[in-house]
Amino acid sequence: MKRWLPLIVFAVLVGFFAKGLFLNPREVPSPFIGKAAPAFTLPLVGAADKNFSPADMKGKVWLLNVWAPWCVSCRQEHPVLMQIAQDGRVPIVGLNWKDKDREADALLNKAGSPYTSVPDDLSGMVGIDYGVTGTPETYVIDQSGIIRMKHVGPIDPDVWKDKIEPKLKELGA
Amino acid sequence: MNALRSAAALACMMLFLAAPLALGGEAAPVGEDPQIEQRMVNLATDLRCLVCQNESLAGSHAELAEDLRKEIRALMKAGKSDKEVIEYLTTRYGDFVLYRPPFKPITYLLWLGPLLFLGLGSGFWYVTLKKRRALKDTPVDEKQLAAAAQLLDEKQ
Amino acid sequence: MIPELGHFALIVALLLAITQSILPLYGAQKGNVILMSVARPAAQGQFVFVAIAFGCLAYSFLTNDFSVENVARNSFSQLPKVYRFTATWGSHEGSMLLWALILAVWTTAVSVFSRHLPDDMVARVIGIMGLVSTGFLTFLLTTSNPFLRLLPAAAEGRDLNPLLQDPGMVIHPPMLYMGYVGFSVAFAFAIAALLSGRMDAAWARWSRPWTTVAWAFLSFGIALGSWWAYNELGWGGWWFWDPTENASFMPWLAGTALIHSLAVTEKRGAFKAWTVLLAITAFSLSLLGTFLVRSGVLSSVHAFATDPARGAFILSFLVVVIGGSLALFAWRAPKMLTGGRFNWFSREALLLSNNVVLLAALGSVLLGTLYPLLMDALGMGKISVGPPYFNAVFVPVMVPALFLMGIGPLTRWKGDSLPDMAARLKWALAVSVATGFLLPMTLKGFNPWATLGIALAVWIALSVLIGFRERLMHTQGGLLRRLGNLPRGFWGMQLAHFGIALGVAGITLVANYQTERDVRMNVGDHTELAGYTFTFQGTTEHPGPNYRAARGTIEVSRGGAKLFDLHPEKRIYNAAGMPMTEAAINYSFTRDVYVALGEPLDDNATTWVVRIFHKPFINWIWIGALFLAVGGFMAASDRRYRIAVKAIAPANAAVQGA
Repeated sequence: MKRWLPLIVFAVLVGFFAKGLFLNPREVPSPFIGKAAPAFTLPLVGAADKNFSPADMKGKVWLLNVWAPWCVSCRQEHPVLMQIAQDGRVPIVGLNWKDKDREADALLNKAGSPYTSVPDDLSGMVGIDYGVTGTPETYVIDQSGIIRMKHVGPIDPDVWKDKIEPKLKELGA
Repeated sequence: MNALRSAAALACMMLFLAAPLALGGEAAPVGEDPQIEQRMVNLATDLRCLVCQNESLAGSHAELAEDLRKEIRALMKAGKSDKEVIEYLTTRYGDFVLYRPPFKPITYLLWLGPLLFLGLGSGFWYVTLKKRRALKDTPVDEKQLAAAAQLLDEKQ
Repeated sequence: MIPELGHFALIVALLLAITQSILPLYGAQKGNVILMSVARPAAQGQFVFVAIAFGCLAYSFLTNDFSVENVARNSFSQLPKVYRFTATWGSHEGSMLLWALILAVWTTAVSVFSRHLPDDMVARVIGIMGLVSTGFLTFLLTTSNPFLRLLPAAAEGRDLNPLLQDPGMVIHPPMLYMGYVGFSVAFAFAIAALLSGRMDAAWARWSRPWTTVAWAFLSFGIALGSWWAYNELGWGGWWFWDPTENASFMPWLAGTALIHSLAVTEKRGAFKAWTVLLAITAFSLSLLGTFLVRSGVLSSVHAFATDPARGAFILSFLVVVIGGSLALFAWRAPKMLTGGRFNWFSREALLLSNNVVLLAALGSVLLGTLYPLLMDALGMGKISVGPPYFNAVFVPVMVPALFLMGIGPLTRWKGDSLPDMAARLKWALAVSVATGFLLPMTLKGFNPWATLGIALAVWIALSVLIGFRERLMHTQGGLLRRLGNLPRGFWGMQLAHFGIALGVAGITLVANYQTERDVRMNVGDHTELAGYTFTFQGTTEHPGPNYRAARGTIEVSRGGAKLFDLHPEKRIYNAAGMPMTEAAINYSFTRDVYVALGEPLDDNATTWVVRIFHKPFINWIWIGALFLAVGGFMAASDRRYRIAVKAIAPANAAVQGA
């Protein structure tokens, strides 16, 4: 009976709204999940004669952490990353994104570096190739160089425990 | 005489040099190539800024937006078509970056919905009108007519 | 002390709202006159206490009381006094308090202007509005208390968002809320009709002026918001189909369908179920808008700080109010008797098609606004639906309604002759089509969209004039006198429709013929646009009450003769260091010249990016909206709604006995 139609339509909408309360409309999912990590070659921070390329990490599961010295949230996740690096759980490569004032080297020397390599993405073009919209963002890349996960925002102990660790185990790291 | 002439010549020369400074020049367009600039702006108006998320890529002042606009200009200069530029962006950022949703199976309902609503509405209109035409006119009661006339008179 | 007083006042208001709902509604059900008579005093008492609460919050803002958390978050000691006052509603909590206040205002208005209504109807209407008040006051007191203290008090506030420090802020939210909340009256009348099982033409006559006034306020509020965005945001546009804009536009579309449906119910007793459903829909969309903007479910430039807990509360409130009314509708709708017959070509039929089109448009806007949420909730990824979609979809859907607007007002009720109508309108049609084709051709060449828009605008305007002519044909006396004697309802309709014609013309012309130039300007540089020459004179430092600004001077001339100066600004607000672009606009009836500063290109700020727009006829959009609102107010003040009480008393007694 069509007099029940408005109520039914409303009920369906309410279902979606209720689900929507648990979602974040601002979070942009990565179209790279399941695809190969885009190739690049960048000089290293503090050692411009040396290079880094994702191919260097073939055979290992690793994290690509996009950060910048001017990024406040990155300072928040720094201790967490240091802990992961100390435990030797998984290698972390820190992509230095748009560091115009050239502060990365000094900052890492002072605060300590959780990174095995720090490629220098001054122009930000590699970031764009990876679909980076801000910092910090972290990619989990597997042994064949396929991106398996992307986390937007700082990594805190909960995120590490609930999101990233399980993924690493799944990939056999 | 000579000194005066030289002074005059010098003065003229200075005026000549100073004049453009005083008048100013024709302002240069922001983009180096106006045609590419126009194409870029047209395309970027329909793209979403990923940082602020509620502005178009053309209007946003965010740094990432500046970078992407630069990149789009570079791609266009290199001869890429609008479609290729869009593909470049969606490969990296997904369909989220498009303010004009693509026409794909998951958006059929979105694009065809309005047509569907009009169609359903027209159908409803047709059925209602058929029913209304079929109704018989209600005969008017003499007493009701008289009462109505009285009310109207009272209102004067 | 004062904030605590305000808090206490809110609690008292809530108790009065509960009283205002339960007792009269129960009394109306049982025919208990004493319980029903509680409605008016309870409503008026509630208003007094909500007003006290609002006054306390405003006082805290005006006196820079930073021990109140809301004031500390949203104000600043250097903020000019007027913006300190408007900051009262600049936050989620404050704006909810404004909602509650305006709801109390409308309820009090109903309690005062309802002497001619039957007691049980008044009791039900006020009772239902009381239920809505109860919901909002509970929401305020439990999740959104504006009187929370911040101890120790902050030394300084975090400042009102610079975008809100504009005269538009003074008037846009109150007008908008007058509209949203005003639809609660139509809603309450509809529910009262469903509850009592009585719905006749008299019901429509009672609820129509209330609905029209609310609609007029909403029209005005939306237009103000759009004009404000145009003035303030510096991107040159005036409508972005942002979820919040859509949240205000959807109730407007439903409200427009409602006032037209009410016309049929009042005049012919038909479309009763439609009218009730539309009244429920219009108010439901107002509430839905409140939900969308505050729950974090959609991403919007306008969204308040989002909080899923608040979102859950509002959603539950929606389920109770909207779900309850739609369930009541489904249950009781069949009891409403259908109206009389009418032909294919009749005013009823045309108004029905008008409603069909408006609802299709409404459905499209709703679909586009909610689609990203639908996709995300179903795990199908994230997409964006923006202006390209809405513009592509909304315009074609509305075209039939705009075309019919030229015919409907001239058509007779029950049945009219199509050949007759064709004869009456054939010249108007010819002129409209001709103008539509010729005007673009003389400007910049063939342009199908411009043709369509101009033709429709001329068509509607001519129809309005024909309406006047035909109406005056059988009257005597001087022209002005005859015009003055025409009913206000008729004048209101004509003005409103003419406003639409102006708006359509403005939108068409500005969308198709605006021009823009983005240039790099050094001091002394010049550029040209639309026959004007713009010369950059540089910038000066210009401190404001709570900001520092770089104030540019652009001299605008034509053919060597100076016309005026424009002063766009780039401001940095002291409190949060937030930069803002303040565009400079030279307004006129036929065009706006709009200049905004972009970024300085060198360190001593002598070279700037400057954006220049020439926008032909853009003000016709807002002038049209003004006609719309004035038309609405005029129609609502028609004499037949203000018939003296004593003439109705005998009829009233007859109804009471029924």
